[in-house]
Amino acid sequence: MKKFIASTTFILAFAVFAVFQNATAQSNLIAVDSAVPTTAPATEDTSALPPKKEIATTAAPSEGKYKDGTYTGVSAYAYYGQVQVQVKIANGKIADVTFLDYPQDRGTSRQINSYAMSQLTQEAIAAQSANVNGVSGASDTSEAFKQSLTSALSQAA
Amino acid sequence: MKERRLIMGTPVTVEIVGGDSADLEPLFGYFSRIDEQFSTYKSTSEVSRINRGEVTPETYSPEMLEVLSLAARTERDTEGYFNVRTPDGILDPSGIVKGWAVRNAAALALLAGHTDYWVEAGGDIQVAGRNADGGLWSVGIRNPFNEKEVVKVVYLTDCGIATSGNYIRGNHIYNPHTGMPVLSAIVSITVIGPDVYEADRFATAAYAMGENGISFIESLDGFEGYAIDISGTATMTSGFSRYAVQPASGANDTE
Repeated sequence: MKKFIASTTFILAFAVFAVFQNATAQSNLIAVDSAVPTTAPATEDTSALPPKKEIATTAAPSEGKYKDGTYTGVSAYAYYGQVQVQVKIANGKIADVTFLDYPQDRGTSRQINSYAMSQLTQEAIAAQSANVNGVSGASDTSEAFKQSLTSALSQAA
Repeated sequence: MKERRLIMGTPVTVEIVGGDSADLEPLFGYFSRIDEQFSTYKSTSEVSRINRGEVTPETYSPEMLEVLSLAARTERDTEGYFNVRTPDGILDPSGIVKGWAVRNAAALALLAGHTDYWVEAGGDIQVAGRNADGGLWSVGIRNPFNEKEVVKVVYLTDCGIATSGNYIRGNHIYNPHTGMPVLSAIVSITVIGPDVYEADRFATAAYAMGENGISFIESLDGFEGYAIDISGTATMTSGFSRYAVQPASGANDTE
């Protein structure tokens, strides 16, 4: 059975690997689709899935809340490393958020991937019944992210 | 009996099936003592006194020595992805203390003779035996894009589960040039392990590893993981799905 699962997921694994390689190879430029995370509009509670990409690319321009320019936030500590962001403001709103520092690439064990990757399976997440004894979830880096972003935005205000 | 209190800046939940408040109290007391000792926010804590240079290693408490030793081991086990010291040398063991404290509090319940219990601090959960309905303990994995929802339910006993993640509420991060997710595309990784301390430390390290984290969990014996990326796709380890199936043959059957 294990072998069957392994073989059926083999092709999928290659696809996953290709996507990951692609994603890793990309630039560090990122964008945030709403004005300020700390004052973000209410999330779409009806959807289990993240907002679709089109929403981000067509984000309605808000009135110029910030001064145009590029601002660097403080380097905030997430306990496995530092998080520091740089914010680019264009037309009064966030155009880009770049991670200058992010705890993700120290001595990665590449050799485990080729084996372990072939064992993995994927699915799209979907909302389930919340009738459970309890919930597991966490928030680590987001605090450091918010701290650094807030400090960058305070300079643009 | 089940009760929730705010300790260590996080909701702590203890449920002891068939127990009463007197059974819960020693566990909450333990969490409060650990908070007094390890909080980086309390100036009187041992951690704060160490950071002010007021305490020498020879006078560290046994608990502090244990946590520091566990932290050093975790740093080795995770190829440096886990570190309780900031680059400035400030000691902040909170990343390891939570799971460790939950495991120790659960051990107190076991020592007191309880067989069916749930001990949790902020999503780090240790379960034993059966829930109040006689079934396996059901644990939802929170939707990283909507904290009010769960996107997976696992059924557990005698093990630990912990999630490390990054919930950027109301926002998402993508490469504006390609529309592809970038950086660490992983927003949440949940790990099931032999106990909550083990699950917690490996979830933390796996999350820091980004896309490689789930492969790291796959490579560990006795651990399973469920990683969710920025596109809403979950990647799970080869043995994870067995936890996601509710036992069909009746809640009171033994496994």
